Amino acid sequence: MHIPSPRRRRVAALAALVTSAALALSACGSGSGAGASGGGPVELTVSLFGTFGYQESGLLEEYERAHPGITIKYESTQGEDKYWPALQTRLTSGKGASDVQGIEVARISEVVTNQADLWTDLRETPAAANLPNYLDWKQKAATTKDGAVLGLGTDIGPMAICYRTDLVGQAGLPTEPAALAARMGSWQDFLALGAEYQRNAPAGSAWIDSAGGLYNAIVSTEQKIYYDESGTLVVDSNPAVKAAFDMAAGAAQAGLTARLEQFIDPGWDSGFGAGTFATIACPSWMIGYIKGKAGDAGSGKWNVVPLPGGKGGNWGGSYLGIPAASEHKQEAAELIAWLTAPEQQARIFNSVGNFPSTKEAIAQVSNTTDPYFNGAPIGQIYSASAEAAPVQVLGPDDGVVKKAMNKALLSVEANGVSPADAWANALRDVRQQVG
Amino acid sequence: MTLSLDPTPAGTATSARPAWRSRLHRWEGRSAPYVYIAPFFLVFGAFGLFPLIYTAWISLHRYRLGGSMSWIGLDNYIWLFTNPQFYNALWKTITIGILSTVPQLLMALGLAHLLNYKLRGRTFFRVSMIMPYATSVAAATLVFTQLFARDAGAINWLLGLVGIDSIDWRNGDWTAQIAISIIIIWRWTGYNALIYLAGMQSIPQDLYEAAAIDGASRWQQFLHVTLPGLRPTILFTIVVSTIGASQVFGEPLIFGGGQPTGGALGQYQTLGLFMYEQGWTFGQLGRAATVAWVTFAVIVVLVLINTWLARRRERAA
Repeated sequence: MHIPSPRRRRVAALAALVTSAALALSACGSGSGAGASGGGPVELTVSLFGTFGYQESGLLEEYERAHPGITIKYESTQGEDKYWPALQTRLTSGKGASDVQGIEVARISEVVTNQADLWTDLRETPAAANLPNYLDWKQKAATTKDGAVLGLGTDIGPMAICYRTDLVGQAGLPTEPAALAARMGSWQDFLALGAEYQRNAPAGSAWIDSAGGLYNAIVSTEQKIYYDESGTLVVDSNPAVKAAFDMAAGAAQAGLTARLEQFIDPGWDSGFGAGTFATIACPSWMIGYIKGKAGDAGSGKWNVVPLPGGKGGNWGGSYLGIPAASEHKQEAAELIAWLTAPEQQARIFNSVGNFPSTKEAIAQVSNTTDPYFNGAPIGQIYSASAEAAPVQVLGPDDGVVKKAMNKALLSVEANGVSPADAWANALRDVRQQVG
Repeated sequence: MTLSLDPTPAGTATSARPAWRSRLHRWEGRSAPYVYIAPFFLVFGAFGLFPLIYTAWISLHRYRLGGSMSWIGLDNYIWLFTNPQFYNALWKTITIGILSTVPQLLMALGLAHLLNYKLRGRTFFRVSMIMPYATSVAAATLVFTQLFARDAGAINWLLGLVGIDSIDWRNGDWTAQIAISIIIIWRWTGYNALIYLAGMQSIPQDLYEAAAIDGASRWQQFLHVTLPGLRPTILFTIVVSTIGASQVFGEPLIFGGGQPTGGALGQYQTLGLFMYEQGWTFGQLGRAATVAWVTFAVIVVLVLINTWLARRRERAA
């Protein structure tokens, strides 16, 4: 019986992948010196995740045209959760990482705490000139204790609520943003409004997409979330986290959520168009996502209001970094300096909605309105949210904890697990993974 | 080889030469078989045995993705055997394995039996049997994931026609496992049916004729001629399917939207997903290696049980 089952082979291939990655890790230690190329054609590799908007708004092509001799090889992974582990193996082996790599804000603390030797200190590159442009906290998060700057900020994720005017109207709630915002003084009000919506809602429609999304929005307004200033994990003792969890779990139990896991459940994507949910917590980068998923048919059906009580918050945002092993640090630094310059940041906000992280660009976009969202003043709403947002304390395992919380909340809304059990499960998950 | 090099200086004792030669010949005769099979063992050593042993070595270390290895002895194994999520994954692997393998093999047997008759367009049916197997797991699973969608999925729509409420396939415990099992059954039934068919065709036709003369019906022929003749083939498919079932990975991964969590409660997290989650979501390579080794041990035990049961039956027969 030597005919191997193909299924077995496939899994064997995975095992081989794991071990070969391990081999690559143990064989680490190349790490070539800084840019040795003088003139001559240079190929820069750029690896990102999700939507940074550079390809979408033609910025990469434009850069190539303006810089003869430089070609850009661009690739993007849809899911950051797959992008990051793959990057880790390449970084530690010193081979295979691109000249420019995207870094999500939930990872930046890990980078500055544990990976300073794997990334280029941008103070020593042409990108240094950009550093004073930024909102202070944005660049501070990418700076190590010794002052090395390992990433250049792209966007930030100021918060708002996006809602379907047609659905809200059908349920007898005010459709005008000012009137709706007036009834949302706090998160409690937001949920009370949800209960009212649910009584008269069109069939198959829920107030908000998911308990996880609601939770993320609530914690996005907090200054201290999973870590305290000393870098200690305080997830089990921070009352703000527990309060946000309980509020989201309560909304789930009250049937206000559409029970759709964000970015994962295919029903979430189709729900934007199908009207499975009337509202969604809406960081600025979600603007482009909604347009993509709801399509042309959704144009004019959506609108945007500030978070309840006009609170400021931040969810997401990214950085660009240059791995220490890059052979074209000089050219890569020039590229990222241009891509993250205020003018380009403003253009990206206007094309895909990623909100700028430089002061000048924020000023430039403050009057932007979006016809897709009924002419909502998104520039002004997101600027106000960014201004009011607290400077969040970040920690190396923020992403892991957030994921555990979201998973636990999904179990409340979809599997009927009690909030207390779900909370215990989430803490157990965190201990398992971070320990 | 070094045969062309003769180290003996010219003109020295010629009588010693034949003895030396014959010794070399004898040595060559004895060693040649090993040289011929060496390539397999070298490749197996590099890509089979070494990874296996190195994985065991890693499993004795704390090894975070991007970090370095530090010896912790059996701590990873203690962690694993006291971890409820491991037992959950083991249990789900077993239930998904049973849910997918049993109907799959029964259906394959029935299909093979039907295809063994002289049918019009027999070749067409036989080829179409293998089509799902030739489809990529990813493509098939993506399509099935859409079919099993809660709000706009074709399966819920069909159920709606007969008055059954929408089922949240992904999030339910058994429903998610059933959905995944259906994907596996769809892909593998044809493959097993062809193996059974090949086995059936090696059963001599005269046995059927003799049975027919004795007045056996089609069903009785199947029961008393086909099944006993197929026993070795059935054992083979059971062993291979058991191994396959204990390593199910692609279907639940893609069904879960590329997440190895296997749902909010791990309701479809198999051992394969659990290992992947440890290694790539949490960056705990030491723990992932531990899961890999324990999975390997589980498979060995399952195969041994299979063989033991088969031997016992043979002895009893």
